[in-house]
Amino acid sequence: MSEMDAILSVRDVAKLYGGRGGCKEVSFDLWPGEVLGIVGESGSGKTTLLDCLSGRRTPDAGRIMYRGRDGEMLDVHALSEPRRRLLMRTDWGIVHQNPRDGLRMGVSAGANIGERLMAVGARHYGQIRGSANDWLERVEIDENRIDDRPMTFSGGMQQRLQIARNLVNGPRLVFMDEPTGGLDVSVQARLLDLLRRLVREMHLACIIVTHDLGVARLLAHRLMVMKDGRVIEEGLTDQVLDDPHHPYTQLLVSSVLPA
Amino acid sequence: MSKGYNFAYLDEQTKRMIRRAILKGVAIPGYQVPFASREMPLPYGWGTGGIQVTASVIGPNDVLKVIDQGADDTTNAVSIRRFFARTAGVKTTERTSEASLIQTRHRIPEQPLKEGQILVYQVPIPEPLRWMEPRETETRKMHALAEYGVMHVKLYEDIARFGRIASSYNYPVLVHGRYVMAPSPIPKFDNPKMDRMPALQLFGAGREKRIYAVPPYTSVKSLDFEDHPFEVQRWDKPCELCGASDTYLDEVITDDQGARMFVCSDSDACQERQKGAA
Amino acid sequence: MTATTLRLSAQGLSKIFTLHVQGGVKIPVFHNLSFEAHAGRCVALAGPSGAGKSTLLRSLYGNYLPDSGHIKIRHRSGWVDLANALPREILDLRRYTLGHVSQFLRAVPRVSALDVVAEPLLAVGADEDKARNRAAELLERLNLPERLWNLAPATFSGGEQQRVNVARGFAPSYPILLLDEPTASLDAKNRRVVIELIAESKAKGTALVGIFHDQEVRDAVADDVFEVESFKETVA
Repeated sequence: MSEMDAILSVRDVAKLYGGRGGCKEVSFDLWPGEVLGIVGESGSGKTTLLDCLSGRRTPDAGRIMYRGRDGEMLDVHALSEPRRRLLMRTDWGIVHQNPRDGLRMGVSAGANIGERLMAVGARHYGQIRGSANDWLERVEIDENRIDDRPMTFSGGMQQRLQIARNLVNGPRLVFMDEPTGGLDVSVQARLLDLLRRLVREMHLACIIVTHDLGVARLLAHRLMVMKDGRVIEEGLTDQVLDDPHHPYTQLLVSSVLPA
Repeated sequence: MSKGYNFAYLDEQTKRMIRRAILKGVAIPGYQVPFASREMPLPYGWGTGGIQVTASVIGPNDVLKVIDQGADDTTNAVSIRRFFARTAGVKTTERTSEASLIQTRHRIPEQPLKEGQILVYQVPIPEPLRWMEPRETETRKMHALAEYGVMHVKLYEDIARFGRIASSYNYPVLVHGRYVMAPSPIPKFDNPKMDRMPALQLFGAGREKRIYAVPPYTSVKSLDFEDHPFEVQRWDKPCELCGASDTYLDEVITDDQGARMFVCSDSDACQERQKGAA
Repeated sequence: MTATTLRLSAQGLSKIFTLHVQGGVKIPVFHNLSFEAHAGRCVALAGPSGAGKSTLLRSLYGNYLPDSGHIKIRHRSGWVDLANALPREILDLRRYTLGHVSQFLRAVPRVSALDVVAEPLLAVGADEDKARNRAAELLERLNLPERLWNLAPATFSGGEQQRVNVARGFAPSYPILLLDEPTASLDAKNRRVVIELIAESKAKGTALVGIFHDQEVRDAVADDVFEVESFKETVA
């Protein structure tokens, strides 16, 4: 049963910058359909970890194994660069905090969504446009915006466009760095709702870095709490948030202002 | 031939360096080979790359033709022809069929080229990916890994905005099924002429310091979509001078009242046809 | 009650909260607690306020982690120990086996009351129309005005939210259902609906564990009463 096999297997990953910062001794498994939240304050190493996991930064130590569609376990950082880049275009998605980092601001929304399809060989304009239309609808952007450039979109729309652009060719693993950061609260809610639905419908494995415990509670099935580059507590999301054991997690949870 | 210059202006070591770059370009069709572009006695954008390539491959027995926008009699074409007549003492011509070496800016002659001829293109921007990806480190990697999806993003954008692929010149091509290449700012009308051309095609970009090549009989395919196939420009009427209906036409203003006519951009082909008709 | 009807078995559970932010003060809740829940029966957790009833119930749902002991749950023709299960095992358990009606609804922004109730059915792959019909049926039984169904419950009154919460808990037929004061903010009419729902679940073979503050409800539904107070650790 393939369901039993982890899609991502991480062992003792470390990335240090001159002996401090970065992350160390991180190990976990992630399964299809599972959303892992990484929480912690700025400088706790969560973004460095995400960069290592998503193949954009090479760890100093440890292994990151990804299970390909054919079931083979691939050592992400030992793969040749062409294969790793192919994986990033086909199997993975990366949603950046700032949509400008994840979108082509100079081309239309339709082209932004269609790029990954074209990157893997789609050569039928009508079909590419059809997919772009479908995805605009799925992320709740009016279809008549298909030829508009993302710079004319609001922050929330840009973020939803970035999600559509990443999911259009059915990736299996999606990395998100503070996907709701910088958005108004009302806009955040819409995005969270959308992400929850897409994760469920597409059975995505997802790693979300956030410092917002509310976002973590809504999106993540399980959490890793990071401090000074280490994972200090992990487990089921509501268990970590409602029954935190580590002093730092207790501090983090008790520091949230009630709404 | 002027005294005081080495044959064809460049020193022999420079020519050898450029020939090595050309050989590498021929060996890897469509691949941009970096070369140490020299300062030339004319400004960038006036054909410094093309002139260096021409200077490196020209011999005393060559017959040189230079065209600019299809015409042999424009300033740029005349000066470059004169430059080589003075520094190399070679014969020059305006006839495509008589030339062994043709340097061009913006056109391919209408008359099909033959084996043994060399066509040298002047190239302002050799990188076809630059419009989508400004980082040179990244475009090199994209070429290396043949990651060319973004080229179609550009074409998609054209169709979305204009209902068709509106790019009409410097239209990107795939060479030998491997490298995407900028054909220099020739009209896309000329793209089909590049495919399996019997002549050797060399491209020189002086400011950008790149040389690339398409060896004879190499496949050159214009990028397109299945449902929006590549098409060349067509005109409603034939050339008003020679009557050709299968050539690339320029719109020419003929008087102060704004009267205009459509005539062949290739002046040699046009004149030959007029002579034939007379 | 036999081994074949056993659905949930807590063995030697202990729970102590250590509050690091308050100088590491330790709050013992219960110690060496054991009890069982069986198919078709309802256990009422009893004891005065602060006896640890809620903590126990949350531990049985995997929300709190006991410091020692086991919580064995009948799941997919096997047993899973909540005290040392992987997060995804607990989630699978919650999806198919273990329901929970908490005291307060944790409202998800933008999601309508109807979808909040239908969600656990959709999560196990139920047909969307069927799930919505089941949700509507329950909300109707619980007398939630239809005009509220398509609104997000965040702005609902306490009683309305609780009814949404109850409907959500009863929407699937979980083999085990945990109820934390499910009638606390309900009027008499809706209390009776909840009593009916509990009776129907029992008839279908669900094992229920609940905290019922309301004496009337407790008398109506409980087959067994479990005193949590007697497992209070005596701190020297």
